[in-house]
Amino acid sequence: MSDATTSQVMALGAAVESVPRSGWHAATVGAVHRETPNASRLELDVEGWPGNAAGQHLDVRLTAPDGYSATRSYSIASSGASTRVVLAVDKLPDGEVSPYLVDDVRAGDMLEVHGPLGAFFVWAPAAETGDDRPVQLIAGGSGVVPLFAMAQAHADADDPTPFRLLYSVRTPDDVYFSEELRGLSDASAPLRLDLVYTRRTPDGWPTPAGRITREALEAAVIPAADRPRVYVCGSTGFVERVADWLVGFGHDPRSVRTERYGGM
Amino acid sequence: MEHVDGNAIAGPLAEFFAFDVTTATGRCTGCGSIAELARAMVYRSGAGTVVRCATCDTVLATFVESGDRAWIGLSGMSAIEVRRAPSTG
Repeated sequence: MSDATTSQVMALGAAVESVPRSGWHAATVGAVHRETPNASRLELDVEGWPGNAAGQHLDVRLTAPDGYSATRSYSIASSGASTRVVLAVDKLPDGEVSPYLVDDVRAGDMLEVHGPLGAFFVWAPAAETGDDRPVQLIAGGSGVVPLFAMAQAHADADDPTPFRLLYSVRTPDDVYFSEELRGLSDASAPLRLDLVYTRRTPDGWPTPAGRITREALEAAVIPAADRPRVYVCGSTGFVERVADWLVGFGHDPRSVRTERYGGM
Repeated sequence: MEHVDGNAIAGPLAEFFAFDVTTATGRCTGCGSIAELARAMVYRSGAGTVVRCATCDTVLATFVESGDRAWIGLSGMSAIEVRRAPSTG
């Protein structure tokens, strides 16, 4: 196939799915550090990675010496053309994959990854999509990972779209990307950050710890009248509660995109 | 194990389709509602995966992966719409 034909085919593929083609890749752990007491941040160097859109995920497959394998999905905290891919993984107490990724994996270890995956729960700058409606991000716990990727992409693109993140988290120690999120609030394309603490607040916090209420949610999100695009990611219970409330506030269900990661 | 949603099956479905099928819209044979596959409810277990309509709970699709084979059934979808690239003439 000539170079011209290859680039035509690639351009066609991009137009159809607007995200890079997925495939299995060998990844080397480039760096790993503690993100929170219960989570690690992994930077993977992925051979042949075609880049990814903000909000996409990948599947990690671990294979035991006896051939038993387990595959789990993880959201990607980074976006763009880089072959260095950042994950932040929460340890599930009875997990088959996450305890290894959080506690045992070391720089230089190899993993099998499949991706980039998912073209639904993604955000791209208004300059690419032509959609400049304001964006409301709503995260429960580790559901912040793909939303952080979107907020970072928004700042990197100096995108003028108003961006707001509501982040529900157990305690101040459990906040992922806390330094980066502070930095994004000061960026030239700023992110408005609202935190809700469900178990313990910082000293002097104006509201007691507890799950977000319907009234608090309504007060902390871009109003339905402004027709925002809304992305909600978290546990299944969190996402379904929040999405139902949003529709009750008058948000168009088609403008509310959700990603559920299951129990907990 | 609580259910997840159609985003989670982008990886397994990449074995069956050459594009990201989670953004394709399907029409439910149960209630007629039309939605992206990413919006469907997904129940995964060791036995396989069941995809249900988020509106009426009808089984839209089932798939099973086993060793060197993968099997998919699309019993609950009467139509699938995929966005195509604009014609360049």
